[in-house]
Amino acid sequence: MTTLPTSTTKKLGLVIDLDTCVGCHACVISCKGWNTENYGAPLSDQDPYGENPTGTFLNRVHSYEIQPKEAPAQLIHFPKSCLHCEDAPCVTVCPTGASYKRVEDGIVLVNEQDCIGCGLCAWACPYGAREMDQEEKVMKKCTLCVDRIYNENLPEEDREPACVRTCPAGARHFGDFADPESNVSRLTAERGGMDLMPEMGTKPVNKYLPPRPKDRDRSEDVDILAPFLEPVATETTGFLGWLDKALDAMPGSSKGGKN
Amino acid sequence: MHPAPSVILFSTLSGLGFGLLAFLGFGMPSPTGFMAFIWFTIAYLLAVGGLIASTFHLGHPERALKAFKQWRSSWLSREGICAVAALLVMALYGAGAVFFDTNWTLVGIVGALLSIGTVFTTSMIYTQIKTVPRWNNLTTPLMFLSICIAGGALLAGQVSLATPLLVLAGVTQIAHWVFGDKALSNSGTTLATATGLGARGEVRAFEPPHTGTNYLLKEFVYVIARKHALKLRVIAIVLMAVLPVLLIITHSHILAALAVLSHLVGVFAARWLFFAEAEHVVGLYYGKR
Repeated sequence: MTTLPTSTTKKLGLVIDLDTCVGCHACVISCKGWNTENYGAPLSDQDPYGENPTGTFLNRVHSYEIQPKEAPAQLIHFPKSCLHCEDAPCVTVCPTGASYKRVEDGIVLVNEQDCIGCGLCAWACPYGAREMDQEEKVMKKCTLCVDRIYNENLPEEDREPACVRTCPAGARHFGDFADPESNVSRLTAERGGMDLMPEMGTKPVNKYLPPRPKDRDRSEDVDILAPFLEPVATETTGFLGWLDKALDAMPGSSKGGKN
Repeated sequence: MHPAPSVILFSTLSGLGFGLLAFLGFGMPSPTGFMAFIWFTIAYLLAVGGLIASTFHLGHPERALKAFKQWRSSWLSREGICAVAALLVMALYGAGAVFFDTNWTLVGIVGALLSIGTVFTTSMIYTQIKTVPRWNNLTTPLMFLSICIAGGALLAGQVSLATPLLVLAGVTQIAHWVFGDKALSNSGTTLATATGLGARGEVRAFEPPHTGTNYLLKEFVYVIARKHALKLRVIAIVLMAVLPVLLIITHSHILAALAVLSHLVGVFAARWLFFAEAEHVVGLYYGKR
């Protein structure tokens, strides 16, 4: 059914911490691995070892540079996958009902047996979260690892999306946004979690935590250990002292410090 | 957006075919017998040929019948239903004209409205796409509808109607370009809103997520031949509206046939631009806008 549910019991999604992400792409690889071996059609590659390799990915990490007016530039690694929007435009455009948003937890999924591969849902998504698999000719997207999070065959610590489980920096968090006391709700409230392209009216569930600003330029700061590194002798003596004075006395200017 | 030839062919041919069906349905002209057979064959070849072409870009055309299910929310589904309804009703009207030498006026009017409705639903598939600001405005359905009706009038030999309708089609097409050129900047969507980082300073794409290309870049960030866009626009308008208006002044049959051909090629060029010039906001994430 491609009409959207008016509300969902849970609102499962991710918090992505742009302050913490180091841009290692481990989430990209673990996502590709898990989703190639499990739910639905595998994520194919075309010409993987050739001159122009391409492939289907459900999660990709961009990198952006921010240049503030009065502060040093920052490099932000920016993982992007399906945001499981409350008002998902990809769902309503689907002519067959293959795209749907689950009433119980808000996950946006594709029933691949019903997908005709028209690509309209990918057109409707502002975030580039959907990719047509070039081998299977069906639309692929993040499932929030629906086959992990409820999977009782897995140890409890593994019952979260593969990208979250694998992140070595702890930059990805999984939880229920409908519960104001959940880890993701609290993180969003404390750190000012934000929506991507709010003007599109998609009401994304996933939130991004902004990078903490670098409050000032620290390049001129004095190290805490600096006092211990100051020269012990103020007057030079011995052979080096004589050489210093002799060189100073020679014509021409000497650059550098007073020592 | 990637200009898929199958989709451009569909919207050009079907637009003209449904335009002709609409005029036949309204009784302009109202042929009977063998002449009716020829008129309806031309209209159905165009409309159905276009519809068949549109299935070529599907990943799984064998599942196309499933696309009739979601008419409550999906314009693509509505288009399918509307097209089939128009073709069935007009087949009934055509059968009356060919086999019984009668024109069932009411059936014709319903069929005509469904034919125009089909082109409207096609246009709404694009108009509803918020992620392509160039399409997401009133000029898109106006342009599709006016071109469909003008083409229909031209092909149906309604010379006195065709001239003002062709001018109108040209005007709406130009309006679509004029509004469209400013649509992305007017939408307010930028790399700053896409990343949410705009308040901190100027955002610049530093490195893409992958070294090669991908589906998103091929489908949504198509830029080839943009440098020829202005020339193509002039060619499209001249062939679509200006030349046909001049060719039908003399009421010559051969020149009228040339006018239809010129119109068809012009619309094809305009539809190619409709896709090739359309900027999808996902390109912002790749620093490509």
